[in-house]
Amino acid sequence: MEYDLTCESVCKKFGEFTAVDDVSFQIPSGSFFSILGPSGCGKTTLMRMIAGFESTTSGDIKIKGNSVLSLPPNKRNVKMVFQHLALFPMMNVFENIAYGLRCQGVGKEEIKRKVQDVLERVSLPDVGSKEISQLSGGQKQRIAIARCMVLDPDVLLLDEPLGALDLKLRESMKIELKLLQHQFNTTFIYITHDQSEALVMSDNVAVMNQGRFEQIGTPQALYHKPASAFVAGFVGDANRWSGRVVEGADGAVKVQTDGGLSLVGTAAGGSLSGSGTDVEIFVRPEFITVARAKGDAPAQVNGQNHQRGVVDSLLFNGANSRVLVRSTNNQLIEADFLLTGGTDDLKPGDAVDLSWSIERSACFQAARG
Amino acid sequence: MDKDIKRLSLILLMAPFALWILLLIIIPHVGIFLLSLREKISYKEFTYGLGNYIEFLNEPIYWNTLLRTGSMSLLVTILALLIGFPVAYYIAKVARKKSKGALFLLCLLPLWVSELIRTFGWILLLRETGVVSGFLQTIGIIDQPVEFLYNDVTVIMGLVYTVMLFMIVPLVSTLDGMDDAMVEAGYNLGGSGFTVLRRIIIPYAMPGIVAGSIVVFMLAAGSYLTPILLGGKNSSWFTEQIYDQFITRYNWESGAAFGFLLLAFTSIVVWLGLRLTGQSLATTVAKD
Repeated sequence: MEYDLTCESVCKKFGEFTAVDDVSFQIPSGSFFSILGPSGCGKTTLMRMIAGFESTTSGDIKIKGNSVLSLPPNKRNVKMVFQHLALFPMMNVFENIAYGLRCQGVGKEEIKRKVQDVLERVSLPDVGSKEISQLSGGQKQRIAIARCMVLDPDVLLLDEPLGALDLKLRESMKIELKLLQHQFNTTFIYITHDQSEALVMSDNVAVMNQGRFEQIGTPQALYHKPASAFVAGFVGDANRWSGRVVEGADGAVKVQTDGGLSLVGTAAGGSLSGSGTDVEIFVRPEFITVARAKGDAPAQVNGQNHQRGVVDSLLFNGANSRVLVRSTNNQLIEADFLLTGGTDDLKPGDAVDLSWSIERSACFQAARG
Repeated sequence: MDKDIKRLSLILLMAPFALWILLLIIIPHVGIFLLSLREKISYKEFTYGLGNYIEFLNEPIYWNTLLRTGSMSLLVTILALLIGFPVAYYIAKVARKKSKGALFLLCLLPLWVSELIRTFGWILLLRETGVVSGFLQTIGIIDQPVEFLYNDVTVIMGLVYTVMLFMIVPLVSTLDGMDDAMVEAGYNLGGSGFTVLRRIIIPYAMPGIVAGSIVVFMLAAGSYLTPILLGGKNSSWFTEQIYDQFITRYNWESGAAFGFLLLAFTSIVVWLGLRLTGQSLATTVAKD
């Protein structure tokens, strides 16, 4: 397998503060890789080291197998789409895209051909003579990508470029970016704090926290098999309880939450250190089934947790609607529920039975301290 | 009622400004212009015509002085730009937030002292018995006192020093507005340091460069004290000519004509500069 970018134990220290701490990863050619993390986690520093704007404290960065640490930024074949795009306002669109080619000393006719070609590929064939200020937000985005792609880079870095766009445009640009990546077949490294951007677009996602990679994996793996409590909490929505192990260490463990819920969960992220261990329990709302309460006690099914409760409120959001259920011991539990608008919809005050599988209740050992 | 108050307040606000423009700018200029067209025939007998202007053209020493003033002011402008640009870039982009204010204050400091005192400072340093001459004698580079005053180099140096701040301020304010990412993008896309400077930083700073250059050129061409005191009799600065006509020779008519010629000349140079750089007054000096 060929790797476009390899980072080996990359560290970056600013004085006493460690911004990037021993990060290693490899990105296969032509894939879409995202680095997801909260602000201040070191993802921008990592990207700036790859682009060459920051030096590494230790470790090695290789592009197509060759170390680039000794190369200045303008000699690395890594191009970057900046957070605010950094298009040159004193040049028109054509000049913006031609800038990089001029730096390489490409001939006039060749430049014309290449610029026109890349403008067609981002489906903006007629904007060459426009000024930057005449473009819409989405068009600027595409020109910023075109300006990099015309140079045929080994790796394209994108630093939260969708942050400045409004919601609708952001949604459509997500799909467009993914399509562009397919079309150019170049390795994209996408930095974001927005988990939905990372999940929708990426082949692989690295979740970063406090300078370290918590987990690298496909979006599905991160979502369904998070390796740490941080990943479980950061990627996707979840009911999050802290509690204590009553029985067990591996596989199915009996736990009691601080709020008094007692349930059976699955030990995740390594085995737990036996009963009495502090744990954090994550259950995603879409895995909790809601049914109207029938009879006295909820029907027991093997491999399932059960909880009886009363609908506290409805959180309507189209297909992603939820109900907030108050359990008998006064805990709020979020569960996905399709509200159809018909007469049989749940109403606040209705008694319901909740059930969710033991495998879907991930228990992580709580961080000490 | 409301409308009347608004109108009244507008009139009251504008009144001092209108008075200033009228009394101190328009009336004197009209007066000087009329004066410049007047020719003296004999005592209290005048005729009107372009005689004063024709006299200027017929006397090479006059228009030579004007051209010399213009070209030396241009040189001052260029030097101020060459020295001021790196300083402004350092203040706007390299210096940390805290030291920025202090550096700016350092540039401002010379303006707290009157121009006369500052020029005397130069005189103390550069005269035959001055500090520089004395120091060079002490360390043995020269064996007798040397006069550093009264030559063109000293005049230009003194002028550059006087006008430097007016170059730095507009440059800092334009460079301050430049996103660092733009420079980084310039490098990232393969540009060398020189390319980034020529294709990105300078074009971006162009409004500031032109604004600073206009102000500096006008100040240098119109300055009086510095060229007279540092250049002495050899300075041949055009403002000195005007002063001579008015005060020494008591020839107000020709002095007025010279004043108008200086105004026209500097205006033409500024206009040419704007045309050459593709800027306009609205994008440079009057930039908000």
